[in-house]
Amino acid sequence: MTDSHVLQADNAPGLRAGNMKWKLTGLFTMIAILYAASFLYTGSSLADLWNGLPTIAAMFAQLFPPNWGYAGEAWLYLSETFHMAIIATTAAAVVCIPVSLMASSNIMQEQRVLYHLTKQVMNILRTIPDLLLAVIFVGIFGIGAFSGILALVIFSLGILAKLLAETVEAIDPEPLDAVRASGGSTLQVIWYAVIPQILPQYTSFSLYVFEINVRASLVLGFVGAGGIGQLLQRSISFMDYDRTMMIILIIFLAVVLIEYISGKIREAVL
Amino acid sequence: MDHTLELPPEKRMTGVRKVKIALIAASIAALYIWTFAGISIDLGRVFSEQTLNNVTRVIPQLFQPDLAMAGNASLLMLQTLAMAFAGTLAASILAVPFGFLAAKNMMASKAANLLSKWSLDGIRAFPEIMLALIFVSAVGPSPFAGVLAIAIGSIGMLGKLYAEVIESIDMHIIESLEANGAGRLQILVYGVIPQVVPEFLSYAIYRYEIDVRSSTILGLVGAGGIGVLIQISTMNRNWDEVGMALLMIILVVTAIDYLSSFIRKRIV
Amino acid sequence: MIEFNNVSLTYPNGHQGLNDVNIQINDGEFVVIVGLSGAGKSTFIRSINRMVTPTEGELKVDEENILPLQGKKLRSLRTKVGMIFQHYNLVKRSTVMKNVIAGRLGHTGTVRSLLQLFDKEDRALAYTNLKRVNIAEKVHARADQLSGGQQQRVSIARVLTQEPRVVLADEPVASLDPPTSHQVMQYLKRINKEDKITTIVNLHFIDMAMEYADRIIGMRGGEVVFDGPVSEVSEKTFEDIYGRKIKEEDKVGGDEHD
Repeated sequence: MTDSHVLQADNAPGLRAGNMKWKLTGLFTMIAILYAASFLYTGSSLADLWNGLPTIAAMFAQLFPPNWGYAGEAWLYLSETFHMAIIATTAAAVVCIPVSLMASSNIMQEQRVLYHLTKQVMNILRTIPDLLLAVIFVGIFGIGAFSGILALVIFSLGILAKLLAETVEAIDPEPLDAVRASGGSTLQVIWYAVIPQILPQYTSFSLYVFEINVRASLVLGFVGAGGIGQLLQRSISFMDYDRTMMIILIIFLAVVLIEYISGKIREAVL
Repeated sequence: MDHTLELPPEKRMTGVRKVKIALIAASIAALYIWTFAGISIDLGRVFSEQTLNNVTRVIPQLFQPDLAMAGNASLLMLQTLAMAFAGTLAASILAVPFGFLAAKNMMASKAANLLSKWSLDGIRAFPEIMLALIFVSAVGPSPFAGVLAIAIGSIGMLGKLYAEVIESIDMHIIESLEANGAGRLQILVYGVIPQVVPEFLSYAIYRYEIDVRSSTILGLVGAGGIGVLIQISTMNRNWDEVGMALLMIILVVTAIDYLSSFIRKRIV
Repeated sequence: MIEFNNVSLTYPNGHQGLNDVNIQINDGEFVVIVGLSGAGKSTFIRSINRMVTPTEGELKVDEENILPLQGKKLRSLRTKVGMIFQHYNLVKRSTVMKNVIAGRLGHTGTVRSLLQLFDKEDRALAYTNLKRVNIAEKVHARADQLSGGQQQRVSIARVLTQEPRVVLADEPVASLDPPTSHQVMQYLKRINKEDKITTIVNLHFIDMAMEYADRIIGMRGGEVVFDGPVSEVSEKTFEDIYGRKIKEEDKVGGDEHD
């Protein structure tokens, strides 16, 4: 007992357990190798950045001052962007109700096949980037806002249906029993016991998806699917950088404003 | 039953509430009127015979991916993954100072706090593909422009999430370190970093998921990756090649999502 | 009249919920089912409106075997047999009125109910039933603003609005304190007497069962082990039903009144 307090520096433990050290080293080496590989693979190097700096600087210099007179035309295209986002969000918000119910395990207790099918289709939809959908729809329906709206509907449907299905799966099942026990049909159960329980989240998610749609619709014009994106691309390829800056400013203002308003409403409903 | 039936009293509403409801209804109506009056869709062209032809040509081709392109598509997909990786990693490191500056409990100066918060919000306002378009015109069409776009774009979200993580740490530990006489840097290394690293890592991996998705399309504006294939194939109207790219994206994005959530579950 | 003929129910996991139950319940009776938890009380009650489906035998409500019923016919059985739940099962975010009018759903066409177009008579019926359970002043309040006892009264109003011939109550007072429990039981007893509604209640408090029941059915292990008028029941009967000595906590409730 007496010598237990003698300091034994030789076998003092390190701050980390032995194998942890190896794990961390391994992890960092792996990250470093992957990083080196991806740099090589993407042909990007810091030297490139260094060489590119003057060009970037020159471009940024040309961005100022913005061409204030261009605001009018930019606004015209921006409002088309909003229209697309509003229509697409409305359509997705309507369609997502049946779809999300079909993707909820507690509602689809008996129709397992339909449930899994809906869920899988939604999972796949969510992996397709919005712009790729736009490319496809432009290929089918031609250039214009209609193709963009379709792309946004499909894109936001995937997100909205997933969020809403998760909410539906978390509702209190007891009121459903009550409506069922008083002779309610499936539709009545949904309308009187499910919908009231998910209404606040539904509103909030729809607004959230609207924010996403506004942002997504800004760039749909790059592939000819309407909105302010085509203006931005045009001004950049013609090197009208003062116009570009004006467009960027107006987009920035619009996005910040929309997110602020939507955030306030979402706080109020939840 | 001997109970006489009686209708319920009407719901009483205060004047203010009535006005409020009327205002909300009016603004929603105005929004939709503005939208539908302003949108210009030529339905005649949308549902023309040409569209019908397109539907019958494009859709079947999309579902019959051109397998000959599989090799090429995989190489470009690999490039996409590499772009996203380089971009996310750079962002996950560059976002750390932003996160600390934006965290209320780390910065005494309110001005620095607000400034970094605003610049993070500012970055997040722009979609990555818009940044890519700008960088392509600055450094030329290359995957490098894509990496830059991803890196800059990701700082916005990661910086904000990092700041939230830092704000939620247990400050008692910091106090006890201060009481032990630890310096600022020591507090950082022994008090703050161990608390935030797992969450930082988890968010960085999550961001990688998002970046893989967004870098698949950067090629549409010339910034490298599988998007380049999509752009060329659409221009040549080779929809079976687009189908191949689509298939590749669905498979790889699903795999990355799965892998990422598996890893993140083990970290936190 | 409700008639159980050799009714058994085996759950998919193999648990025997009911085992060869034979019993008749006459119109207008106030029957209390007692037994330990897991004795099959809930399964017994929920068989009558087919919230669960017995796997064997024959269960008749008003001379009709209800076990094969499906779809529309099942829903019409459920409009005739109302139910009250332990946790009241109100939609918390909806108003009291909307919860009570939900009792009319089985009588209302789907399209009309989705548009919320209920007859004047239906709305008057809902409001009158709220008055009967003394909670009419809360008609436009949201259900989550009410206390437990108030919510259970609203759920009684809902079941009355359905105009049932039978009311099933599955542990209606298990989540309430003794004074509130007595209040709820008194409302149930009153509608049983005034409207001649056959009432079947699951309870696990002995004293309360003795106070309100006309007839007591005792269950153990999915089987009926006692059936008789309340006058034939003694403490010994409960010991037989429970298969153990009666404890003080089995009696909670005593004879408090509001």
